[in-house]
Amino acid sequence: MSDVYVMGIDMIKFGRFPERSVPQLGAEAALLAFDDAGVAIQDIEALYCGNLMQANAMVGQRILQEIGQTGIAVTNSSNACATGATAFREGWTAIKAGIYDLVLVVGVEQLGKAGLLGGGGGGRGIPKEGLLGSGTMPAVFAEAGMEHSHKYGTTFEQFAKVSVKNHHHSVKNSKSMYQKETPLDMVMNAEMIAYPNTKLMCSVNVDGAAAAVLASERKARELGMGRAVRVKASVLTSDPFTERDLVMPDVNTCTRRAARQAYEMAGVGPQDLDLVELHDCFATAEILHYENLGLCADGEAGKLIDEGETAHGGRIPVNVSGGLLSKGHPLGATGVANIYEVSTHLRGEAGGRQVEGARLGLTHVIGLGSACGIHILEKVA
Amino acid sequence: MAEAAAAPGPLPVVPFLKIPDHGDPYLEGQRCRECGAIFLGERSTCSSCSTRDRIEPHKLASTGTLYVYSIVHRSFPGVEVPYVSAVVDLDGGGTVKGNLINIEPTPEKIQMGMPVEVIFRVAPIKDREGNEYLTYYFQPREV
Repeated sequence: MSDVYVMGIDMIKFGRFPERSVPQLGAEAALLAFDDAGVAIQDIEALYCGNLMQANAMVGQRILQEIGQTGIAVTNSSNACATGATAFREGWTAIKAGIYDLVLVVGVEQLGKAGLLGGGGGGRGIPKEGLLGSGTMPAVFAEAGMEHSHKYGTTFEQFAKVSVKNHHHSVKNSKSMYQKETPLDMVMNAEMIAYPNTKLMCSVNVDGAAAAVLASERKARELGMGRAVRVKASVLTSDPFTERDLVMPDVNTCTRRAARQAYEMAGVGPQDLDLVELHDCFATAEILHYENLGLCADGEAGKLIDEGETAHGGRIPVNVSGGLLSKGHPLGATGVANIYEVSTHLRGEAGGRQVEGARLGLTHVIGLGSACGIHILEKVA
Repeated sequence: MAEAAAAPGPLPVVPFLKIPDHGDPYLEGQRCRECGAIFLGERSTCSSCSTRDRIEPHKLASTGTLYVYSIVHRSFPGVEVPYVSAVVDLDGGGTVKGNLINIEPTPEKIQMGMPVEVIFRVAPIKDREGNEYLTYYFQPREV
């Protein structure tokens, strides 16, 4: 089977664009990716589009209305916060299968100031939110973090340090929603949303889009391998049965399984990685994923953040883009935007935030409910 | 629910809260006779071992331990805050989520692993038709 290559990839600056439509945002990212790859819509054989909030509204086709209706196959994906990674993987799968040589992947979302997500507590009768606990995302991920505290004594301060780090990283990323330093006391004293997650420890609801042009080996050689990025692994898992999963979504087991499969597929281990973009939807989540991805041993994630090992310049930089906490989390775009970030470092084009000499990177997203998408990317030239 | 229709009174807030004609209300899980896994909510095939048609109702204990919690300070409009969202492992199996009450909502007072019990109360809100609902809470348990 052919290897799959990222030939062009880009994202729009994340922000709030109420005057623009979802297809317009996606189209802008698609054109940026075309320019980066040196291709046009006429070269593209299929489109894989990830979007969550308009999942029933043919977003991919509407993007083509903005950039050229060539009549190609369009697949619209939705998979909670793993939506973008899922669309990317659909494109990867099609090339792996030998069906196409050149495809476009777009992840796009318009969240605006959506406020609290989750916690519908649906069903008949009376609202369950605040009566039978909380289903809001900040609380759900707070509880996931508290499980780590319960097992290993992880502190509120250690969780908060994740947010300090990622906001610090974002200062050098002009495409991030925010580029502001948030010192530890500012993070810890921000409005408490769901203990231990304060407002600055929650990802930012934004509008955003990211797009990638993927190619088969044959097509990549034709286009030129100079800036190509090889997709060494593409993995998607769902949550296997675990004891408490129904009332406390288990984001750990599906990540551990995906990581194991991805490392095996790529023939590498976590010690080989130069950078990681992982799903820091809440500061608590990043701590869990250090261990889930094998960046440190179980129980050592608190120490990892304390010692600055995941900061830029540390042993294994995590979320040098600013992460979801500062760059923003446009659900369907997130899983393509983090591939953009890693690819940009592998190409040596990340400017002031460049991880020097980066050759291998990993991206990770979690969609609650649950889906885990992991990609391992490698510098080619 | 058949139980509720037979005896006028509050409706169960969730289908797994059972209100018998005689005796105290309780929470009911579904247990797989093959592998022993316990679920909330009815199903015919086991989520854990995939065995078909071996699921039976299983009365859950009214005592357990606090597994994890979050203190919720921001919720949807109309939801009173702060409150403690708690995940409780019931004695004998089954995990349930709910509000932990009768405890000060600060991390200094709440200990993961602490014993709790399930209590039943009429919910403070009614539905649009004016029906009352019986709900459950957790509270600290003396041991």
